[in-house]
Parts: sequence; C-alpha cells; structure tokens
Amino acid sequence: MNNGFIIQTRDLRKTYRVGKVDVPALRGVDLRVKPGEFLAIVGPSGSGKSTLFHIIGGLTPPTSGEVHVAGQDLASLSDAGRTSLRKRTVGFVFQKFNLLPNLTARHNIAVARYIGGAVSAPDPQFEEVLRVLGIDQRLDHKPNALSGGEQQRIAIARAIVNHPAILLADEPTGNLDTENSKLVLEILCDLNRRLGQTILMITHNPEAAAFAHQTIQMRDGRIIEKT
Amino acid sequence: MTTRLVFENLKHKPMRSLLSFLLIGVPVTLILTLVGLANGMLQDSQNRARGVGADLVVRGSGTTSLTNMGPPAVSEGYVKFLNTEVPHVTMATGVVNHLVDFPVVMTGIDPQQFDRMSGGFEYVAGHRLSGPDDILVDRLYAAQKKLQVGQTFSLMNHTWHVVGIIEGGKLARIVVQATTLQHLDLIEGKVSQIWLKLDDAANDDAVVEDIESKTNLNVHTMEEFTALWSVSNIRGVSEFIYVIMGIGVVIGFAVVCLSMYMSVLQRTREIGILKSLGASKSFILRIILAEAVVLGLGGTVIGILMSYGAWWLIRTFVPASLPMIIMYSWWPIAGAVTLVGSLLGALYPGLSAARHDPIEALAYE
Repeated sequence: MNNGFIIQTRDLRKTYRVGKVDVPALRGVDLRVKPGEFLAIVGPSGSGKSTLFHIIGGLTPPTSGEVHVAGQDLASLSDAGRTSLRKRTVGFVFQKFNLLPNLTARHNIAVARYIGGAVSAPDPQFEEVLRVLGIDQRLDHKPNALSGGEQQRIAIARAIVNHPAILLADEPTGNLDTENSKLVLEILCDLNRRLGQTILMITHNPEAAAFAHQTIQMRDGRIIEKT
Repeated sequence: MTTRLVFENLKHKPMRSLLSFLLIGVPVTLILTLVGLANGMLQDSQNRARGVGADLVVRGSGTTSLTNMGPPAVSEGYVKFLNTEVPHVTMATGVVNHLVDFPVVMTGIDPQQFDRMSGGFEYVAGHRLSGPDDILVDRLYAAQKKLQVGQTFSLMNHTWHVVGIIEGGKLARIVVQATTLQHLDLIEGKVSQIWLKLDDAANDDAVVEDIESKTNLNVHTMEEFTALWSVSNIRGVSEFIYVIMGIGVVIGFAVVCLSMYMSVLQRTREIGILKSLGASKSFILRIILAEAVVLGLGGTVIGILMSYGAWWLIRTFVPASLPMIIMYSWWPIAGAVTLVGSLLGALYPGLSAARHDPIEALAYE
C-alpha cells in the first residue's frame, strides 16, 4: 500500500482498556496524505485526534486496521521498529514544547541529532533554518530563560533536525499568545513550502487550521469531513 | 551526549546529587577506616615488637592468643634456664602483659635487663623506672590521657606515679616493673613471654630447634613473630572486613536505588520526550546506569575524603588506642564495592524508566 501517499490508513481502530472497560478511541479511520501536504486535524476533545497522531508517530500500535507511514506497515512493527520510526521518519512538536529543562536549546537539538545517529555537525541548510526560525542567537539558553514562542521554535528545530519525512504538530499554538501563534504557524507554512515538509497539525483553532492546505474534522473516533 | 545528559541531570538537582554522594561515601569511609584501623593496630604492634631489639620470642606451649593477653603461661624459671643453658643466647628477659583497655596493653619489665637488650627507652620527659609504683607511658598515651611526669593516676585499682614519658615504638605504651604487675595479677613466678638476644642472629633457627627440643615452649624468630601480626592471621578480622564490605554494597545499593528511583519518577516526562525523539530502551537504561556510575565514583571520592576526616579525628582524640593508617591499596577495592552497589541499585529504576510507555510519560505532570 503506497500509491504515492506518505501516510495511508484503512479502517484504523484503537481501543484502550481502562480498568475493565474497553474505550474505543478510533473507530475506523481512513486517511491518505501525500508527501509535502500540510494537513490540519480538528475536532473536539476525545474525538481521537491525538490517538491518530500517536499511532502515525509510532508511539502506540493500532488495535486493528492498516496504517502505512513512509512505506512502513506500522501494524506489524515491533516496539523497536516503532522506536526506529520515531528516530528517523517522524518529528514531534507538542503543545507544551517538551524541551528537556536541564539542557540548553542547542543541546536539546543536539540530543535529537545524537539519538537520530548523526555524527557530523549540522548541515548548512539547518543553520539557515535556525536563522529563519529566529533562534540562532538564543541557542545557549535553557528553556526556562526562553519565551513560549522561542521554546516552540526550538522544539520545531529539534523536530526537523534529522530531516523526518513527516512533522506531527499537536496543538503547536495551544500555549502561545496570538502573535507567537501566528509566527509559529508561518514557520510551519514556510517549512512546508521551502523544504516540502509533510505536516500534520492538530488544532482547536479554526484560524490555525486555515494555514493548512486541507482540514479534516474528527468526531467520536471517525473522520466526518474533509475540506 | 550521554555524558552531558548525566552531568546536566546531576547539576539540575544539586541537593539530591550532593546527598547521594555523601550517603554513598559513608560505606567507603566505613571500609577504609576499619581496614586502616586493623592494619594500623597490627603495624603498630609489629613496630613495637621489633623495637625490643630481640632475635627470638618465647611463649608458653598453650599460648594461642597472638597478643598474649591471656594469663601469663611461661614459668619465670625459664628466663634463667635460657640465659645459662642454651648456647648462643646472650640475654633473656621476661615480660608480663596485662590488657588495660583494648588494644592498649600494660607491660611489666625488668628495667635493667630490658635496657640492656633494647638500648633503653627514649625519654621525652622524666626518667627510667626505679620504684615499684613507677610507670612509664608513651607520648601518644600521655596525650590521650593528658598525663604528665610527676602525676599520679589510678589503673587496675592501683595508684601509679608517672616518672617518664617515652617515645613510642618500643615494646608497649605503658611500662611498669614486672614484679609489681605479677603481684597485682597474682601471678608471681610467671611471665607472658621471654625475649632472647643471640650472639649472632644467623643462629636463630638452630637456637629455636634447640629450645624446642629441650622444652615444650613455642619459639619464634622475630620475622615469624611479626609476620603473625597480619589481618589474615587474626581470626575474625578478615570476616569482619568482609561483613563491612557487604554492608557497603547494601548501603550503596539502597542509596542509589532510592535516589535513582526518585530521579526517574521526577523525570518521567523527560524520559517520554527522549522516547518521542526515538531513544531506545537501551539508551534510557544507559543514561541511568551512567548516572549511577558517576554517583558511585563521586561517592568514592567523598568517602576517601571523609576517611581522612576520620583519620584526623582518631589521631586527635584517641591516638594511642586506635592507631589508624591510610590504606591507599584499599581505595580501588572500596570504590569497586561502591560501584557494584550503585549499579545494582540503578538497575531497577533504569529498567523501569526504559519500560515507560511514551504516551503516559509525556502526559506525566
């Protein structure tokens, strides 16, 4: 299953066991994303957006159905296989930035490179990305000395440092003010346009979703609309 | 990068790191202090035995205690016998030992004979024994008990008159007249051991053989006798040290386990972040174990420094009772014991961190 799609799911289901109760989070999701696409996923809490992200990002396996990411069948991947997927194929940007608090911005990015297996210095293209992100002068500060907008830009730099095929952004503007939200969204658009970066972005904000090429609406574990 | 992660983690929680170093250092100090004391006490005894200037030591046939702290077992008549009937023996003198306060022993001598054999004591103050209640104490014992020449003090329910303070390193820390001590211990006619001087030290083996063929006494050359003063030759000391080492492993294990377990709990979210970046289980485990190694090594250094503190305290307050030496050769052993404990202690928290579910870890507040 590929047909020119970088992400393809068919009848994707995920059920969580909470105590003795089965809670269905995804109830048959069919999704196809082309390389270079910028897709926004919107929906109320509990609609299954984050679960879909976690499965595509290799953080958890699906209960049933098919899911192919960058040519890999995730349903058949072991834990080590999913770890390898996170290392090389997907990059995450989180609502709460999730930078390592003990390390400087530079070392937060370096850790991702190290885990990704990089041994040489960052390439010139990445240095250019740091300048575009406007953080090249803030790299020697720890997260607690950076603003929310700066932290999120560092998190974006960290997510793309290993050139992942897909960037998964989970509410990237959820903790930012309007100005910084706009800046981050413009950066994501720029990355998509300049580098052809495939981006999936979860958001509650219709204005943020408007930055994407397409928007899919989820409810009760299903995709109900694609615009 | 692993090194940076480890050191930044330790720097991030300095109080936790410092407490861990200190607590891990405690068993290192315990091991080094006990080994230093055991070896220091034995070395001190060896030096004092050599300081007598004798070539052979004669002990009773039933003597099992190396330190001769049991009742004197040699008839005093042997002193005259050995002096007159054994070829090559130029001088024999009997001494009486009485354990005062472990490991300090009071020794009774015949002052004239002992001076001739050893060349006499070196006096820091005062003079040699003359009266029956006279007592000599060495410099360390005098410092520990704050004794001065001319002072009287009570020991064994007897009042002694301090007539001299001597340099240590010869025979005993407390020296009195043998006759007085025999009288107080109700052992007239008995001595604990007899020191022999030969015309030529090369004759020692022949003399040992000769004495043992004529009597039922135990005879040792000075080399044999001092060799008996080693940790492995004294029953229980080695076992005691092994027990302390075992306790060291357990303390190291418990401290690191608790510290790392708390650390892993506090860093659950960070572990989730690392996992989201593609960190494998082995990478997470490696970071935790590397941190344990740093804690173990740091704890070893702190423990060594604290053992110097213990050494200073002992030398200052009880120099005569507890002669301690710094045993450099035990530093790597104490370090290895601590590292084993630390690694064992980090294993469970490390495995637990490696097994964290990344989604749950990322959601951890």
